[in-house]
Amino acid sequence: MKRVQFSHSPIPYLFIAPQIIIICIFFLWPAAQAIYQSFLLEDAFGLSSQFVWFKNYKDTILTDAWLQSAGFTLVFSFLVTFLSLALAMLLAVKANEVIQGARTYKTMLMWAYAIAPPVAGLMGNLMFNPLIGDLYYFLNAMGWDFNHKLDSFDAGFVVVLIAVWKQVSVNFIFFLSGLQGIPKSVLEAATIDCKSNLRRFWTMTFPLLAPTTFFLVVINITYAFFETFGIIDTTTGGAPGGSTSTLVYKVFTDGFRGNDLGGSSAQSVVLMVMVLALTVIQFRFIERKVHY
Amino acid sequence: MAEVKLTNVNKVYPNGAHAVRGVNMEIADGEFIVFVGPSGCGKSTLLRMVAGLETVTEGDLHIDENRINDVSPAERNVAMVFQNYALYPHMTVRGNMSYGLKNRGDSKEEIEQKVIEAAKTLHIEDFLDRQPNQLSGGQRQRVAMGRAIVRNPKVFLFDEPLSNLDAKLRVQMRIEIKKLQRKMGVTSIYVTHDQTEAMTLADRLAVINNGQIEQMGKPIELYKDPKTLFVASFIGSPQINLMSAQYDGKILKSGTLEIDGFENLPVAEELVLGLRPEHLRIDTKGKLAMNIDLVEQHGADNLVYGTLEGAKNEDGEDLELCLRLNQDQEPSIGETITLSYDHTNALVFSKETGKRLI
Ligand SMILES: Nc1ncnc2c1ncn2[C@@H]1O[C@H](COP(=O)(O)OP(=O)(O)O)[C@@H](O)[C@H]1O
Ligand SMILES: [Mg+2]
Repeated sequence: MKRVQFSHSPIPYLFIAPQIIIICIFFLWPAAQAIYQSFLLEDAFGLSSQFVWFKNYKDTILTDAWLQSAGFTLVFSFLVTFLSLALAMLLAVKANEVIQGARTYKTMLMWAYAIAPPVAGLMGNLMFNPLIGDLYYFLNAMGWDFNHKLDSFDAGFVVVLIAVWKQVSVNFIFFLSGLQGIPKSVLEAATIDCKSNLRRFWTMTFPLLAPTTFFLVVINITYAFFETFGIIDTTTGGAPGGSTSTLVYKVFTDGFRGNDLGGSSAQSVVLMVMVLALTVIQFRFIERKVHY
Repeated sequence: MAEVKLTNVNKVYPNGAHAVRGVNMEIADGEFIVFVGPSGCGKSTLLRMVAGLETVTEGDLHIDENRINDVSPAERNVAMVFQNYALYPHMTVRGNMSYGLKNRGDSKEEIEQKVIEAAKTLHIEDFLDRQPNQLSGGQRQRVAMGRAIVRNPKVFLFDEPLSNLDAKLRVQMRIEIKKLQRKMGVTSIYVTHDQTEAMTLADRLAVINNGQIEQMGKPIELYKDPKTLFVASFIGSPQINLMSAQYDGKILKSGTLEIDGFENLPVAEELVLGLRPEHLRIDTKGKLAMNIDLVEQHGADNLVYGTLEGAKNEDGEDLELCLRLNQDQEPSIGETITLSYDHTNALVFSKETGKRLI
């Protein structure tokens, strides 16, 4: 009798093997390492280590420095996400209305996408350089006693500005394609039904863009949490006094600058849990409202 | 209740396409006007200018006494039904129908009452709380209609609203639209490329060709008395039979076929003779010999297709002829029959200008 079943060929496993290996090497293995490390206390030379249970967590998480960094991360992520989405949406809606020279306009808006975060950081660094920075001079000339090396608000301003600038182009591309996915006749029907442009935006365009917006919120929060590392490292380096150090940046400085591998690991485990929770919340609660 | 007036209306798109050329038209209160023409002739553009979705390059639009060129679409008090319905996908049927009313500030009770009333008229009251993606094509079409009538506009605008429906539903909705328009008495402009839809719906019909009105009038006028070759060939189904012809002062000739009985035609000019399928009849003494290729039985009548011996069409090829017969007359394929034509109904056009001569 013939069995109507696929024989167990090893070939499918072969095809997914690279993906599995990548996940194991670059995610599962380091994650396991981090969890293991977070329970160890090493001596300063890394020669011996001791299993200390949750001591690392207690010593690093419940400190003022960590709470301050967590606070900054939340404010920073919110500002970067909100500002870059709002700005990108405005630009995309306007770009979508442009008829002549549309392609040039769109290409120019997309350019910043091609810039790596550390490079964006370096450019920002030059612009805010107290000796040669144009923006530094400009802000001071405007009457703002601006010095991001000393003032933590000013330093925050710099990193938010650069992080937003870098991210606007990505969001712009997505919003533009989202807008182009809205049938033209639907917006035309709305023009006949609603006189006010602004009202039409909030009742028609904005809800129809919601799936794109939701997707971008997830992407942007992840960006603000992790990818802004390069920007912070090349501009403020967490200064002044750790006031612009995001949680990810703090993991790096504590671990590699401060040589506290156990504490750094404990922080990264906490960070991992936070991101996991955030993602679950986003998909559970927000996405449900987005679908129509 | 409104009159619509178009005065020397022109539209040139930014890319240079001259889509509408000097259109003049006066539409009476409560009239049902149909724009008909081949794809790309500019009928949608003209309609969209009345709706305010396209700017008017030149000329004036009036609804009643008001010049509306620069009035925003929402303030023109028109309602439009789109080909793809253009329902708001994130709103329920109720939301779709009340959106326009809400924006112009009607009270809640008023809106609810109007929506229910319109929904009843269109038999969609059971779907009021559904999203558009939970409706069939025909139901969506009704919702789009409902969204238009609920506003009680001065003018209805339809842009090929039935093209996405299947044949049976299309006929059904066509009748319903006509009845609804009669009942409400709202001035309407309806765009279609389908001549049957145009003939059956219109009080008056505007045949548009290349951005211009070829002819405007009652459907039967355009059928019986077309002013141009274009109108004659566009109106009527099956199409009018057209053969190339020359007049030598005494007799009209197409190819080797001689057709007598015509007078006062220009000599030495290429002509086109048009004979509608129902104006030909089987006649043993007839002078036209037709070789039958195909017989289509439509029930009430039979359409017979074949070639007319000797005659040439406009491109100089053998003429394919269509003939409409009663159901009891059914010639067989391969047979040769002789025909005579109804002389008074024959149409003659100048080939060069396309103008009607007789
Ligand atoms: N937005 C536009 N930009 C440029 N040309 C257009 C535009 N819309 C239509 N046209 C041109 O105008 C002409 C008339 O178009 P349209 O009014 O849509 O024709 P119809 O509805 O009769 O098929 C066509 O030649 C078309 O290519
Ligand atoms: Mg069209």
